[in-house]
Amino acid sequence: MLRLPAFEFRPVRSVEDAAALLSEYGSDALPVAGGTDLYANMKLGLFTPRVVVGLRSIAELRRMHFDPAHGLRLGALCSLDSIARDPAVLLHYPALATAAAMVGTPEIRSMGTIGGNLCLETRCTYYNQSADWRKALGYCLKRDGDLCRVALHSPTCKAINASDTAPVMQAYDARISLVGPHGARVVAARDFFSNDGAHATVRQSDEILAEIALPPPPRGARSSYRKLRLRNAFDFPLLGVAVAVATNEAGACTQARVLLGAVGSAPIEVEGAGALLLGSHFAAATLADAAEEVFRAGKPLENANASLLYRKRMLRVLAQRALEDVAAPLR
Amino acid sequence: MSAAPSKMLATLNVNGRDVTLAFLPHATLLEVLREELRLTGTKHGCELGQCGACTVLVDGAPVLSCLTLAADTIDRPITSVEGIAVADALHPVQRAFLDLGAAQCGYCTPGFIVAAVHLLERTTSPSETEIREALAGHLCRCTGYTKIVEAVALAGQRMRATTHG
Amino acid sequence: MGNNGARSTEGRVVGAALPRIDGYAKVTGAALFADDMAFPRMLFGRLLRSPHAHARILSIDYEKALRLPGVVAIATGRDLPVRYGILPSTQDETVFAIEKVRYVGEPVAGIVAEDERTAQRAAALIEVRYEALPSVMSIDDALRDLTENGEKIHPESRKSNNVHKDVHLTFGDIEAGFADADRVFDDEYFFEGNTHAALEEHSAVAICGADGKLTLWSSTQTPHYLHRVAAAVLEMPASRIRIIAPPIGGGFGGKTEPVAHELAAAYFARATGRPVKFTLTREEIFYTHRGRHPVRIHLQTGVKNDGTITACRLQTWLDGGAFGSYGVATTYYTGALLPVTYKMGAYAFDGCRVYTNKPPCGPKRGHGTTQPRYAFESQLDDIANALGLDAGAYRAAIAVVPYSRTINHLRVTSCGIREALSAVAERTDYGAKHGKLAPGRGIGLAASAYLCGAGLPIYWNPMPHSGAVVKVDRGGGVTVFCGTSDCGQGSQNMLAAIVAETLGVDILDVSVCAGDTDLTPVDLGSYSSRVTFMAGNAARSAALEVRERIAAAAAAELGIAPERCAFASGRIFDRDEPDRALAFVDAARAAEARCGTLVGVGSYTPPADLHGDFKGSGVGPSPAYSYSACVAEVEVDFETGEVRVDRIVLAHDCGRALNPSIVEGQIEGSAYMGMGEALMEESAFRDDLHRIPNLLDYKTPTMLDTPSIEAIVIETEELEGPYGAKEAGEGPLNPVIPAIANAVADAIGARIFATPIVPERVLQALDGTTGPLRLRAPVAARTA
Ligand SMILES: Cc1cc2nc3c(=O)[nH]c(=O)nc-3n(C[C@H](O)[C@H](O)[C@H](O)COP(=O)(O)OP(=O)(O)OC[C@H]3O[C@@H](n4cnc5c(N)ncnc54)[C@H](O)[C@@H]3O)c2cc1C
Ligand code: SF4
Ligand code: FES
Ligand code: FES
Repeated sequence: MLRLPAFEFRPVRSVEDAAALLSEYGSDALPVAGGTDLYANMKLGLFTPRVVVGLRSIAELRRMHFDPAHGLRLGALCSLDSIARDPAVLLHYPALATAAAMVGTPEIRSMGTIGGNLCLETRCTYYNQSADWRKALGYCLKRDGDLCRVALHSPTCKAINASDTAPVMQAYDARISLVGPHGARVVAARDFFSNDGAHATVRQSDEILAEIALPPPPRGARSSYRKLRLRNAFDFPLLGVAVAVATNEAGACTQARVLLGAVGSAPIEVEGAGALLLGSHFAAATLADAAEEVFRAGKPLENANASLLYRKRMLRVLAQRALEDVAAPLR
Repeated sequence: MSAAPSKMLATLNVNGRDVTLAFLPHATLLEVLREELRLTGTKHGCELGQCGACTVLVDGAPVLSCLTLAADTIDRPITSVEGIAVADALHPVQRAFLDLGAAQCGYCTPGFIVAAVHLLERTTSPSETEIREALAGHLCRCTGYTKIVEAVALAGQRMRATTHG
Repeated sequence: MGNNGARSTEGRVVGAALPRIDGYAKVTGAALFADDMAFPRMLFGRLLRSPHAHARILSIDYEKALRLPGVVAIATGRDLPVRYGILPSTQDETVFAIEKVRYVGEPVAGIVAEDERTAQRAAALIEVRYEALPSVMSIDDALRDLTENGEKIHPESRKSNNVHKDVHLTFGDIEAGFADADRVFDDEYFFEGNTHAALEEHSAVAICGADGKLTLWSSTQTPHYLHRVAAAVLEMPASRIRIIAPPIGGGFGGKTEPVAHELAAAYFARATGRPVKFTLTREEIFYTHRGRHPVRIHLQTGVKNDGTITACRLQTWLDGGAFGSYGVATTYYTGALLPVTYKMGAYAFDGCRVYTNKPPCGPKRGHGTTQPRYAFESQLDDIANALGLDAGAYRAAIAVVPYSRTINHLRVTSCGIREALSAVAERTDYGAKHGKLAPGRGIGLAASAYLCGAGLPIYWNPMPHSGAVVKVDRGGGVTVFCGTSDCGQGSQNMLAAIVAETLGVDILDVSVCAGDTDLTPVDLGSYSSRVTFMAGNAARSAALEVRERIAAAAAAELGIAPERCAFASGRIFDRDEPDRALAFVDAARAAEARCGTLVGVGSYTPPADLHGDFKGSGVGPSPAYSYSACVAEVEVDFETGEVRVDRIVLAHDCGRALNPSIVEGQIEGSAYMGMGEALMEESAFRDDLHRIPNLLDYKTPTMLDTPSIEAIVIETEELEGPYGAKEAGEGPLNPVIPAIANAVADAIGARIFATPIVPERVLQALDGTTGPLRLRAPVAARTA
């Protein structure tokens, strides 16, 4: 049976205690929420923290609140399942509900938290393997080795940000609040994910992701999330496309963000696609052009469970479908 | 290499009983149930969250015991497959699995049963789609799932009949 | 419950969809699988595995590991030098590699420690120095000429290059057959390897007493073969070894041969005097493997314009992985069963298995017959389309007939292929849909045949293939003892059902003691779908022997002739005057008083005349064959290439269904497993490494990928089967893969010549860029 390496478990009841412990132990400590990502990675020997700080009992991080004036506030410990079922989320942020509902399996969604999903460790077929497997390979840049197996000449790791909700959060222009031992800071989702396979986010090791704030849905908001996967459960995205738009009374696009998930080390905003949509009435030709932009922007590598060529080709298909979702009249 | 870390003493509430026992602070609930409490009904097929065989109920909700720290379940009611039957009467879900032959090798069965019990606590009349979605986190290599889905539906039907009749 | 008439003793248990007797323990979690066992002072084992695909072992130093507190013992190849292998002809494995390693994941050393974490840490402290050798990772590689440079994977092999086995068989005048054909269809296919992925992780627990007696519990489908191999490898008398197969959490062929961890557990239990447990991790199971061989297939079929097959030539190349395993049999099986389904004017078969530096391949559900069946049924569909024939009616027209001999001399008895074909075609309205559905939608049909056990044992011997003992207790309880191993297929229940039916008692009054080499007569094991037929017949004879004695005693009590005794509902009664009756328990007591301890024995040996007389004729014969037919309906997304299976209707001729619910379960599981193989499951390698040795990346269909499966049980009366039964465990899988392939071809108007039919392949086929999938002629091909 695969077992966890030894560590000390320190459950905490407040964000402050968590941050204090994390700063006390520095890189020797890691926070854990649902554990669905962290513990699996620890069993593979990818992390061997001396201390694991248990966040589960921080009641204040379980809150979820929506009001039309301020938008949605999600405590980091909200489960993906609770988000996927929440009526306000379903109504006002449907792409988030979709993305959360498509993560893993029902058990993973009820254990897994939104904070954990946004802090998800990056993934790569050469990395999410056992210690023995990686040893047989000769390791790689991300851990214990000096060579990227995917991009042989790359000086940096190209592991994938495979979070389903990350591109959606960025499409909704979410703000993420981080609490450290010296106080809190808020970063935009677009600045939260660092495009570096070695570090998924800009979160400092002693910071806790406390809350996610989504702005109120703009007028005429429509959004969609499309996910490519081989099976309808368990599977991480091979590709994700999130689109969020706003429209005026005339049905013209007043705001548009198109995000790609699971292609790079961070969600990738395809600004060219957004620009094409702006002012448009989502005519078929516009959508096709925007999808073409997406196709050009996404540069998958050979590090997921489908070939680079296939994922590249699917960029256009998925983008086209997500764009059509938002173009279709509101139901 | 330092000496093995020492065990911690804690009280877990398992299948309706408080048990005080010693276990490693980094032991998963799966390890503690199977190896410390000898509740071996809970199975394991991957220990990485990839099969669902280790599912138990914690706080009434299905969790993967292989990715849950036992130390993180203190004070939370835990129900394993051994706690599903009431006294010596099978739970309707167990009865339906038995009647329809939904357990072949039986290795995935405990995980399916606790997850199905949870589903039927929420609704006793789930549609086929609802059943499939609720149990999608469980792999079975023997049955092709057909009889499992039928058994859950049948259990729901029988539960409705007894509450209404 | 008075019951009159001649059939009064029948149909109580046999034919009823009763809950399986082992189900109670399984739904409550009470069933104890191997890893559920624990003993005081038990040690935990780990195996150190090779990080190289092909390398010479220069040295192994485990001093440091041995000094780690908690480590109790370490062993390497030197400690267990005896070679073994499931087939007498390929004794090519050792528990731990000696001199060379041949695949990434091959066990090199074993460690036992006070706990598993310590054993794991110790494994990492063992220093092994290797000299890497060039690896051989494909069929082409293996056939490459090695005379210049390079070292064979098995230097002692007498075959050229890395060939393990080649087979050439011809039946009838093949050249004349092709000359006689109006058209010849000539295609190449590639069936990708895949694995069983049974949900239970293999586990073995051993204890050795101070008396030197060793007991080994293992999740094995073949306790008898493990018994033989353990005795050989441990160099101790088999009489001091007891193998017990607890309930198995799924097998599918993956637990049919002795492998390292089982033998290591036994070795360490003896060496340390303490109980030892080895449980593999999921990743290790991908290395232990013994799964479906990747097979390249070249198929030429000559037909008349009416579809009559005048000649068929099949060539197969099997990628065997690093060891022999069942490979010689697998090689023969790729050729043996095509003629059991359809009549052919002439048949030629050339098979070639090669060694590669991958985990060893072996038998998986359908053993060796699955891959050529996929090719043949695919081509047959193309033939039907080309000749304008209905695929179902065409197959029925050329199918073998009951009680006949095939072109390769195999004896066919009962045969429900026509019934199966028409059942699936009618249920789905196949004829009206094929070729006429909207673009992207497709319907496909295929048929198949399978064994009810191999006609010959794995090692030559004149003894029965299965034995059973039935014992009746003074309380009326009945126990059946038989060496079978239940991997979920329901063999425990089958034994109980047959005995309960024969003795007219409630099935819950029958206990089954199975899979225990100390307590039970030998059964060769759960493979080649043999258990119902063979162990079932043995149990039936044993029960009949007891029944005869009870009947004699009851007859005396009732004052009637023993022939008039009928057994049902826990009573023995006069079939002419049913009110004259005796309770079973009283009759049993009377019988024991008359003739002593009440035990019956039975055994089963297949008839001797099942096959022809040529080298290789031993693989393929079976006392009976099952037949199946499948229709699949799919929907293909032209943009993503995704295939969704909307419907699978699978009909299977199982002889008589002893328990229809269990038969349906086997059919449903086969449909599911075949669908996985058709669409997503593959043993994938990158460089020398298994690319996806886990259940997230190795794709097995989830509930949301699997349609509700429609199983149709076709019953034929098999005169030699127990209560007329044949098999249901493996056969139904075979037609599913080609049915789905044919449905995809119908949906997209193009044939994909390889499995699995992943989205990318569908897109290539739609693009017309299937070029790379069409295989080049392999080096040694096309010589036949
Ligand atoms: C079989 C399987 C399938 C999966 N499929 C998907 C999928 O399809 N899509 C997908 O997106 N994910 C998937 N996941 C990944 C994971 O389960 C989810 O992303 C989940 O939401 C992670 O949340 P968690 O609370 O369990 O995270 P944890 O495991 O607790 O934490 C994940 C990471 O975030 C850090 N962290 C967690 N919370 C905080 C916080 N509040 N502040 C700072 N750091 C924090 C941890 O230190 C850790 O590094 C899958 C996992 C498994 C095992
Ligand atoms: S992208 Fe390169 S460096 Fe990063 S995990 Fe994959 S192989 Fe390693
Ligand atoms: S053992 Fe927990 S999900 Fe597989
Ligand atoms: S019954 Fe065997 S895995 Fe489900």
